[in-house]
Amino acid sequence: MKIAVLVKQVPGSESVLPILGDTTWIDEAQATFVMNPPDNFAIEEALLIKEKIGEGEVVIISMGPSRVQKVIREGLAKGADRGIHLEEDGTIETDPLSNAKSFTSVLKEENFDLVLSGLQSDDTGMGQTGVLIGEMLGMSTATLAMEVEIQSPTIRVKRELESGWFQWVKLKMPSAISIQSGLNTPRYPSLKGIMGAKRKEIKVVPASDHQTHSKSQSIDKVFVPQTSKQTVVIEGDADSVVSKIVNILKSDIKVI
Amino acid sequence: MDILVVLEDNRGSLHRMSKEAIVGAQKMGGSISVLAIGNNANGLANELSNIDISEVITVNHDLVSTYSADGYSEVVKQVIEAESPSTILIGHSYQTRDYIPRVSTKLDIPFIPDIISMENGLVKQILNSKLNATISAATDQKILSFQSSAFSEEAMMPGNCSSRSFNVDLDSSLVRSESEDPFQEAAADVDLESAELIISVGRGIEKEDNIPIVFELAKVMGAEVGASRPVVDSGWLPSFRQIGSSGQTVSPKLYLALGISGAIQHVVGMKGSKNILAINKDADAPIFEIADYAVIGDVLEIIPKLTETLKG
Ligand SMILES: Cc1cc2nc3c(=O)[nH]c(=O)nc-3n(C[C@H](O)[C@H](O)[C@H](O)COP(=O)(O)OP(=O)(O)OC[C@H]3O[C@@H](n4cnc5c(N)ncnc54)[C@H](O)[C@@H]3O)c2cc1C
Ligand SMILES: Nc1ncnc2c1ncn2[C@@H]1O[C@H](COP(=O)(O)O)[C@@H](O)[C@H]1O
Repeated sequence: MKIAVLVKQVPGSESVLPILGDTTWIDEAQATFVMNPPDNFAIEEALLIKEKIGEGEVVIISMGPSRVQKVIREGLAKGADRGIHLEEDGTIETDPLSNAKSFTSVLKEENFDLVLSGLQSDDTGMGQTGVLIGEMLGMSTATLAMEVEIQSPTIRVKRELESGWFQWVKLKMPSAISIQSGLNTPRYPSLKGIMGAKRKEIKVVPASDHQTHSKSQSIDKVFVPQTSKQTVVIEGDADSVVSKIVNILKSDIKVI
Repeated sequence: MDILVVLEDNRGSLHRMSKEAIVGAQKMGGSISVLAIGNNANGLANELSNIDISEVITVNHDLVSTYSADGYSEVVKQVIEAESPSTILIGHSYQTRDYIPRVSTKLDIPFIPDIISMENGLVKQILNSKLNATISAATDQKILSFQSSAFSEEAMMPGNCSSRSFNVDLDSSLVRSESEDPFQEAAADVDLESAELIISVGRGIEKEDNIPIVFELAKVMGAEVGASRPVVDSGWLPSFRQIGSSGQTVSPKLYLALGISGAIQHVVGMKGSKNILAINKDADAPIFEIADYAVIGDVLEIIPKLTETLKG
């Protein structure tokens, strides 16, 4: 079983997000980056599938500037076999269709049985890249996977629906599946894994080789949302904050 | 045809977000056709007979009597090819996430998802709801989906419309997946939906060992405990406590959000609360945009003190 896992590097939830002077994106030089959280679950699922079947290959694929090699190495340290880095120069491409075309150009000769992705990226939140790639590669697709059962040549996926509902779907492989967070418990790399990862291969595909597609959409401007609500702001040392909260609960909202 | 709105059947009736998408279409202006697919297509069409749109197009075929990503994406593709709408609108539901990207690929039309407003361009939230962005399409045709509540379904303008069926050409080799019936997991132990007071805990609680301080506060206040998704994903609290788009929708008298950033998928589940008091150490946390009371501080310091004070 040959499994690709798409792993994006995104600003962490605690990162500062200063907007660039030309307001086209954030100043990445000041941001701190992490692995996109659902992608971490996708790596774990790929490793679990490989371990269960007892054979196969897990390939971590990431597109972005050189910084993204860090998340590829993280995947390799957890046990993935090799990595592919689709290089980007300058600012990241935020058009999902042209990104998917880039990925597809590199993935098609690999003949993967499964392409796993996260359901959504924390930065641009397009929620579609994995499905676009699946369709471009002529694969069956399923999204928001909460459980995956391989029954070659088919695969059963428990999909999350809205408001606590679920549904099982059975797909013919090859398949592209987007992973929802929480379906497993991602492992931490072992020291041995970290050492071993240094020797694993990361193939680098230069931007000029994959970024050959016209753009279909773009982010033009980034800005801070305006609030419409009147908000009472409470700050200070813990004691004064607590006495203010108690007052609000008692006198304003009258719940205690 | 200027606009095609694609409807969703929500277990027998029109999905709320489909109505919101129609309101979005009416705001955009131009001729509006809506597309209803499946064995309940006529039922959905009937729900719209008093609405100001040009027409309802119905598609029924054995291969799309119920939802499948393969079948639905092919139907929507064929309707777009035949009718050439310039804009395709849909609610940003989980079903939309599942098959609309495939329509985008089949037709090479961009899918701009999760739009919250069209006032100054197409606006979408990015970076976990911390910033907004305006997005534009480089092509003439585009598919847009609207975030839940981007428009109010009450604003749907009344009028009349006609209805016609559309013949699709579907081959069974197209369908590569089989779906089983939707189901719910074990029922909840707590009734969050009717709770008056909810204390909800997010990743800001930092670790499982800190969860008990939340229950102590809940006890002295007589509140129920809810949670954000990462807290449930980490196994710190059971999934029936999860609030948000994939969990429960609540509207208590007081929603006390502890260390929750305020990502949209959480907010849709609790923004109807009468009073929202949020405690977060980050003054820029998006939860403060919808909070009535914004407490900037450390939950690990504040929760035990608050419990003590309320006890005493
Ligand atoms: C399709 C889909 C469905 C989803 N469904 C849901 C859902 O149903 N429910 C849901 O909740 N999420 C859902 N999510 C996930 C959602 O996007 C967010 O990732 C999640 O809500 C974030 O949870 P959080 O606020 O607890 O964590 P974070 O975003 O990590 O925020 C933690 C917050 O705690 C603050 N903090 C940290 N330490 C402290 C401290 N000591 N004191 C005070 N504050 C502190 C930080 O400043 C930060 O704001 C869904 C996502 C997708 C894509
Ligand atoms: N630049 C990228 N590098 C690697 N994976 C990506 C990239 N962009 C998107 N993905 C994958 O596609 C998923 C959905 O992303 P998006 O469509 O941007 O919300 C992510 O969770 C990743 O698995």
